[in-house]
Amino acid sequence: MASGPAAVRPPLRFVLCGAVDDGKSTLLGRLLCDCRQVFADQMRKVEEDSRRWGTRGDQADLALLVDGLRDEREQGITIDVAYRSFETARRRFIVADAPGHEQYTRNMATGASNADLAVVVADARKGILPQTARHTRIAAMFGIRHVVLAVNKMDLVLWDRSTFEAVADGYRSLARDAGVEQLRIIPVSSLTGDNLTCRRESAAWYSGPTLIEHLETVDVESSIERESFRMPVQYVNRPSPDFRGYSGRITAGRVAVGDRVRLSPSGAETVVESIVVWQGARERAERGDSVTLTLASEVDVTRGDVIAEAFNPPGVTDQFQANLIWMSDRPLVVGRSYLLKIHSREVTATVTRIKYRLDVSRGSRLAGATLSLNDLGTVNIATNRPIPYAPFEQYPGLGSFIMIDPINNDTAGAGTVNFALRRASNIRWQDFHVTREARQELKLQRARCLWLTGLPASGKSTIADLLEKRLHAEGHHTYLLDGDNVRHGLNRDLGFTEADRVENIRRVAEVARLMVDAGLIVIVSFISPFQSERAFARGLFASGDFSEIFVDASIEVCAARDPKGLYARAMRGEIRNFTGIDSPYEQPANPDLHLDTEKLGPEECAELILRRLV
Amino acid sequence: MSGKGESSGRTDRSSAHWLSALESEAIEIIREGAVTAARPVMLYSMGKDSSVLLHLARKAFWPARPPFPLLHIDTTWQFREMIAFRNRMVVEAGVELLVHVNREALEAGADPFADGSERYADVMITEALRQALDAGKYDIIFVGGRRDEEKSRAKERVFSFRDAAHQWDPKAQRPELWSLYNTRVQQGESLRVSPLSNWTEADVWRYIAAEGIPVVPLYFAKKRPVVEREGQWIMVDDERMPLQPGEEPRLLPVRFRTLGCYPLTAAVESGADTLEAILAETLATHDSERRGRLVDHDGDAAMERKKRRGYF
Ligand SMILES: Nc1nc2c(ncn2[C@@H]2O[C@H](COP(=O)(O)OP(=O)(O)O)[C@@H](O)[C@H]2O)c(=O)[nH]1
Repeated sequence: MASGPAAVRPPLRFVLCGAVDDGKSTLLGRLLCDCRQVFADQMRKVEEDSRRWGTRGDQADLALLVDGLRDEREQGITIDVAYRSFETARRRFIVADAPGHEQYTRNMATGASNADLAVVVADARKGILPQTARHTRIAAMFGIRHVVLAVNKMDLVLWDRSTFEAVADGYRSLARDAGVEQLRIIPVSSLTGDNLTCRRESAAWYSGPTLIEHLETVDVESSIERESFRMPVQYVNRPSPDFRGYSGRITAGRVAVGDRVRLSPSGAETVVESIVVWQGARERAERGDSVTLTLASEVDVTRGDVIAEAFNPPGVTDQFQANLIWMSDRPLVVGRSYLLKIHSREVTATVTRIKYRLDVSRGSRLAGATLSLNDLGTVNIATNRPIPYAPFEQYPGLGSFIMIDPINNDTAGAGTVNFALRRASNIRWQDFHVTREARQELKLQRARCLWLTGLPASGKSTIADLLEKRLHAEGHHTYLLDGDNVRHGLNRDLGFTEADRVENIRRVAEVARLMVDAGLIVIVSFISPFQSERAFARGLFASGDFSEIFVDASIEVCAARDPKGLYARAMRGEIRNFTGIDSPYEQPANPDLHLDTEKLGPEECAELILRRLV
Repeated sequence: MSGKGESSGRTDRSSAHWLSALESEAIEIIREGAVTAARPVMLYSMGKDSSVLLHLARKAFWPARPPFPLLHIDTTWQFREMIAFRNRMVVEAGVELLVHVNREALEAGADPFADGSERYADVMITEALRQALDAGKYDIIFVGGRRDEEKSRAKERVFSFRDAAHQWDPKAQRPELWSLYNTRVQQGESLRVSPLSNWTEADVWRYIAAEGIPVVPLYFAKKRPVVEREGQWIMVDDERMPLQPGEEPRLLPVRFRTLGCYPLTAAVESGADTLEAILAETLATHDSERRGRLVDHDGDAAMERKKRRGYF
């Protein structure tokens, strides 16, 4: 069949942004309408809604076509990014309509992360606002090289050329400073539709393309020829002993059957045996394809490894510099552990240093001890395990990451890798000759960590004490880490805020890990109320080295036992953040051992642990 | 407003390229959900989106089978052809099928004709879904939602967080960047995952045609017995449907753009009895597909309200 007009380009994903009230929603509504992408029933609905919420008297308020959430219509603002598909005879578009309010900047980042181009809307009367600058810098940080500035509401300045030029000049220097490579500036009126899809004849001083013409023809593809093959392994597909495939989406380059590839971080080299797809196989595949590869030799590959061209594999690091946008209400805490997800690999990471915070409207660098909601900054990050990576500029798929707060699982930050601070190979974990195996052998035992969690007064300390006595009597080498005792020394500097509680657990877990490495049987007696923290602790140990023991008693029973009188004080309000009273305790979902201390005595509990877990 | 028709079939090469990009993205999403889930499940409603979803799941894990069961929320009022289709597809795909019916409500006499569409859907779909999800303790739930369906859905994330009460808080969505999905949940919480987020209705039909995916015959125009109610054509699928005085079913060539419970799903008059004709009709149509869903007309922001409560 005919392939249509010669100028057909691959679909364009763009983000629409700019300060609130500059007219983004109206612009998009008008664009959809003029490209005849609005269904009749949707239009009837908008006319109805306009009478209720509209800002344009009896006229249909086209912004209501895109402001979808109830709160958005009620408040007349855009809260979250909306995705819209539309097409013209020449191209197909996916637009992310981003909110303008500063408090929703993180949603703008969401929209920018998957866009190839940004359309920034500015009100001709107001010019470049701080939020215009912020959006431009975020767009640049997320690798958007093409920007269009739509100078909107030109009808309100009577299409005055010098007003337009003043805004354009101001924006040009901002764009240069932010690192925008390709810039196009177009005067428009979203209200009348001029220069969106049809030209404003009376403003002949503007001779450039209309917005839609530009969007239809702009070329944003980066060349695949200059890339090396990279595919993060997402999933190991092993339905039977005789098939072992590695599934993933190719983030860069091409691959063909017979190509030599290298696994990262292990460095093992092998050959692509086949490219498996549904009910068959292919000879080659390229960037963007989801495939399953089989490899010629038995190599050890897990999720999070990267399969790459053998002669040019990606770097591996555990410390790098990155640009970071903070998206959580809870400010970034330097030194705290977060989960970091980069391509398909999840590791634990800490920000070791904030180099500077960015003043987004001026582009200047500020000193800062933290990043708060919507702040942008440049930071150093250390990970607990080495990761295959690439600078974001070279390989966006290997250089972008998110940070997750382990306390509440929020996506707290998003960043792009600038460069590695040192290659992981230089700082490999120092292997000493006396190993853990040697140490535990000398002690005639298997080292492990027994982690007791439960409400205050549930019986953890009593059981832990009995358990250690029994182990000791049997000739084992043990150590007991008790929550209260640790707070007198190692963790004396920590209080009871959430950040401190996390740090408290992190230190204890790390100490327990070192002691297990020393060959000891470590008993930890810690309230550890949060699932995520216990999961973090477990994550530090090899499987089988860590057992979670739930010391269970109802809050009523604990409060009645109350050996230290703490419940009574908490209930009188004399102690704040007391677990079980005004701070939650999350019960373990799948503990290795569940002890019901309302039915079992302390001796029986200790006995059970010995029998089941040691 | 008219005239999207001129663009149909114009650029076969670019459209094939686009479909393959959508497919790769969806497969990536399905794999990511499955590998990070403790208990994944895929909702299956026999609609065209479900059919595409199941097809993609089979592709994602080939040569293995999808590592999760399908879950059908059975209201007992689906079109009969849909159930026959379901039973056939489950065998073909070799997947486990779980069926859940809100028995208590049924025994208490829930009835789409007597109750009104909103109350009925609330009980037999939303409530039933909640029961099934609670019982199965699923943490990743694949659904067939598309952002072009409706305005509040246009704002929903691909991995959309639900609290322990299955509620969606549109104002507190997790930022979702690149294809780095945050799949972490705590006990009782879950994620609704929509691999078809970026697809349009036309993409779905193009893909069905390109891949030869089986769909329920009700999508194709045929003479069917219908009655007119509030300006919409409702099919008389079985004898449970009470006819109003003077109502006489007529045989008209109709088809369905979406499928659900027959009393709540309106047909459109159409002669489109091939995939090509359906695609042409989709591209030229003046109304959005949700117009055929009576539930969505129940009031303003109906969809968002339902989703806040856990409707899918
Ligand atoms: N006169 C005029 N008004 C406009 C134009 N574009 C938007 N507006 C009005 O500016 C206000 C804010 O627009 P809206 O699209 O909601 O802005 P958003 O917050 O950027 O989405 C509304 O009252 C619009 O009707 C324009 O080109 N000319």
